[in-house]
Amino acid sequence: MNFKNHDIISIYDFSKEDILYILKTAKKMEKRSNPSLLKNNIMATLFFEPSTRTRLSFIAAMEQLGGKVTGFANSKITSIKKGETLWDTAKMVEQYADLIVIRHHLEGSARLAAEASSKPVINGGDGSNQHPTQTLLDLYTIQKSKDTLNNLHVGILGDLKYGRTVHSLAIALSHFNPIFYFISPDALKMPRNYITELREKGIRIYETPNLLSVSKKLDILYVTRIQQERFPDPLEYEKYKGVYRLDSSLTKYVKKDLKIMHPLPRIDEIDKSLDNTPHALYFEQAANGIPVRKALISLVLGKIR
Amino acid sequence: MSKSKSINKELSVAAIKEGTVIDHIPADASFKVAAILKLRKDPNMVSIATNLNSKSLGKKGIVKVSNKNLTEEEVNKIAVVAPNATVNIIKDYKVKEKIKVNLQKVIENVIRCSNPVCITNHESISTIFNVEKENPLQVRCHYCERVMGKEDIKLIG
Repeated sequence: MNFKNHDIISIYDFSKEDILYILKTAKKMEKRSNPSLLKNNIMATLFFEPSTRTRLSFIAAMEQLGGKVTGFANSKITSIKKGETLWDTAKMVEQYADLIVIRHHLEGSARLAAEASSKPVINGGDGSNQHPTQTLLDLYTIQKSKDTLNNLHVGILGDLKYGRTVHSLAIALSHFNPIFYFISPDALKMPRNYITELREKGIRIYETPNLLSVSKKLDILYVTRIQQERFPDPLEYEKYKGVYRLDSSLTKYVKKDLKIMHPLPRIDEIDKSLDNTPHALYFEQAANGIPVRKALISLVLGKIR
Repeated sequence: MSKSKSINKELSVAAIKEGTVIDHIPADASFKVAAILKLRKDPNMVSIATNLNSKSLGKKGIVKVSNKNLTEEEVNKIAVVAPNATVNIIKDYKVKEKIKVNLQKVIENVIRCSNPVCITNHESISTIFNVEKENPLQVRCHYCERVMGKEDIKLIG
């Protein structure tokens, strides 16, 4: 499989085989250090929107492989402030770097940047649309903890309407015959087009606002934050913030080997009392960003196969 | 009455000598067809008719453009709003060629994305939609990946 010069824009662009190949490569990256694999390569990080984990783990991944990083994390100090188009920004940056990582609040921005740039572009999140590297590290985390991706009972909880990670995760997992439990308030249910798409693939889906009604069945519980920044109406946000608060009392109602994941940052949806239980997988999940991003960078730069 | 006579009768409403007649447009879509083909700015004689009686559709629309033979590419663009339209190329008052409208798999620069935070609504680039289902029409934005049904589809222009 050859990913050289491929863009990483949307989970829809990946077949099951592509996904498994990337995860296999990530495992290799985690086992072996390669401090000079990307020597003389430069990665540009164009972060138009705030990010902690994604940006830092991309930078750490690049630097651990001997590469260099340029870019910005605040578009207010760039020519974008002067009205430069994204197209022009991408055209310019491709002259300076071998690889571009972009996060932007407008949906489809990464696809456009990839069309403008002859260098590979990795989407670090485009609005509520896609965040493929998060999805791949989520899959990597699941595979690592469960030794398989197949036939799992996966609960996804929180804001299923606006949360891009849950949309991409559901689509990506649909290659592996999961049974889904979508747990959310009515107003934040998984959009109907995703439900239709998943059901057309023969996936079993249960929807409920009540976690405890399904908790005993779950192998994985993926918790998301109710994201204030995605709500068009702040009053609407006030209604739903804090609607789910998981704490150590949950452990009585779940399987012994249930793993709880969260893309982080969390607000109050997972209490610290769960952190030291064997169920907590979210910090390991964040750490898995490094091998997965190392694998993606090295693959699109054609440094490994 | 034979089919050819019926066409002649309709065409005779305002027969054109040379050009294109688009028939069997849904009654509410004549102006949309004109918009897709950018006929508002066309220097040729253009007739836009709507709510004409039709045996097959009940009511229908017709658009006629004199002195202009629409290309297949242009014709296919109108499939988004008039999937069953027939396009007659007219020469010397006679139908020289009939083209059936064909919905393409990829629709370029016809539809506006209904997602206000889609990049296509913020940078001057062509929209691209991939057709996922034909009946009822369902398209997906190539950029923001938003899926739109027939009721969400708004045209550019």
